[in-house]
Amino acid sequence: MNEELYGEAIKDLAAREPVVLDGADASATLDNPLCGDRVTLDVRMEGGRVAAIGHRVKGCLLCKAAATLAAGTAPGLGAEGAARLLDQVSNMLKTGAEPALPALAAFIPVRPHKSRHACVLLPFKALAKVLAAPIP
Amino acid sequence: MSQTIREAFPALARPGFHYLDSAAMAQIPGLVSEAVTHHNRTARSNVRRGLHEMAQRADAAYDGARAAVGRFLGAPAEEVVFTAGCTLALNMAAWGLGRNLGPGDEVVVSRLEHHSACLPWMALAKERGFALRWLGVTPDGRLDLDSLGTVVTPRCKAVAVTHASNVTGAVSDLPRLAEAAHGVGAKLVVDGAQMVPHGRVDPRALGADLYAFAGHKAYGPTGIGVLWGRAEILDGMAPLVVGGGMVGTVEDGDFTWGEPPHRFEAGTPPVAQAVGLAAALNWMADLDWPAVRQQEAALAWHLLDGLRSMDGVRVIGPLGLEARVPVVSFTVAGCHPHDLSHLLAGRGVAVRGGAHCARPLMSALGLEEGTLRASLAPYSDRSDVDALLAGLAEAVKVLR
Ligand SMILES: Cc1ncc(COP(=O)(O)O)c(C=O)c1O
Repeated sequence: MNEELYGEAIKDLAAREPVVLDGADASATLDNPLCGDRVTLDVRMEGGRVAAIGHRVKGCLLCKAAATLAAGTAPGLGAEGAARLLDQVSNMLKTGAEPALPALAAFIPVRPHKSRHACVLLPFKALAKVLAAPIP
Repeated sequence: MSQTIREAFPALARPGFHYLDSAAMAQIPGLVSEAVTHHNRTARSNVRRGLHEMAQRADAAYDGARAAVGRFLGAPAEEVVFTAGCTLALNMAAWGLGRNLGPGDEVVVSRLEHHSACLPWMALAKERGFALRWLGVTPDGRLDLDSLGTVVTPRCKAVAVTHASNVTGAVSDLPRLAEAAHGVGAKLVVDGAQMVPHGRVDPRALGADLYAFAGHKAYGPTGIGVLWGRAEILDGMAPLVVGGGMVGTVEDGDFTWGEPPHRFEAGTPPVAQAVGLAAALNWMADLDWPAVRQQEAALAWHLLDGLRSMDGVRVIGPLGLEARVPVVSFTVAGCHPHDLSHLLAGRGVAVRGGAHCARPLMSALGLEEGTLRASLAPYSDRSDVDALLAGLAEAVKVLR
């Protein structure tokens, strides 16, 4: 029944309250127009790296869980690190690469479900996007 | 009865497969697929161009298909335009009626529309500078006809509405809409994509001026749609697409249009698909419709009843069977439609989750995450609905 997608680890991540960040230096919103998922990330930067992050998600459980994880992993990352993280998550889903962080293992069951990869990747794409843009 | 209908659909023979996504694309009877294959074997030639034997067979098949669609709609064949799909037909309608509108004119579209029905008018309004006025919806997902008097003004040149909603299943009161439109000299453009799969339609009797539908939702092939128009409307309408087969005369500096329906069929038309659509509509016309309607209504009731008794479920649309097709949308508190539809897919239950190309409706009803939609057809049976209800109860347990 595809229950394997909804293990405790993913459900725990999805259930966590999103962090609200006031006074962000930059924000990025990304949509998945096909399914309607929307992720918004707000970041405060210090020396080109994330000092604090907030996130808002309108989307499925997988997208919410991935957003919690992306936000949790973001502090300390710069543009390059965020791009690498996106590659790592993408490779883990698409080519079976080992999870780069232990917490990412929660998403291994999503591998065979190609139509859901976009749900997991959206928050990581948003993170790469917000850090790739020049910080005003 | 329903057993024989179901048996006509090879894709439904798989045990444990419950197809409740007919509003997105209906399944196709074996005899329709065979009609397309037979055409390609025996009459594959371009139409209205050749004199050889195959060409003559192709002409006869294509003309015959047009006549069959005409019979289904209670209309002369000349009022039937074949298109590549419903979306193209709706774009042709909008550009055909609206390309000369401008500031000071108004067009009414409803919040119940599929993007394919409202976006052509939105694009045209931007380009031509006329005003778009939105006809709202009631909380139970019907057109808000009480506001017709204020929304349709003497400046209105066209009213574009759906015959049946692809989200709520609500069936529009076309005669009342026609009266409002015609009362101010406006044309009524109707999207029949979700109505035609549930029985014969007579757009002229209902007051429509233009009426569009898709083949693949009406048990026919993909790549084919229909734009029906009153002869006098088509006569005065400009084509959206120009090219081979639609012209009168062509000279260096200018050309004239041919007569409808060919004026609207530039290029090689979807001949085999038209033949398939005709086979599908003929198949439909032969069904025992009182029995089919009763069966669809009983199943829709069973579904609505089952949903109502589930914790946290909200039906989006009419709760009764009056003026509705068996397309049922709902939300489940705390569960996203995509997670639910994926879990249901794992149990062989095919439904759709999302915004259903109907953002204006989602915004009007405050449905940010969209809905889950189960859509029935004459081949649906009780086991389909039971599998959905049982699967839903389990899916909710997995997610909560
Ligand atoms: C009400 C309605 N109108 C128009 C369309 C567009 O049809 P097509 O995609 O076949 O062009 C659809 C398809 O989902 C629909 O449900």
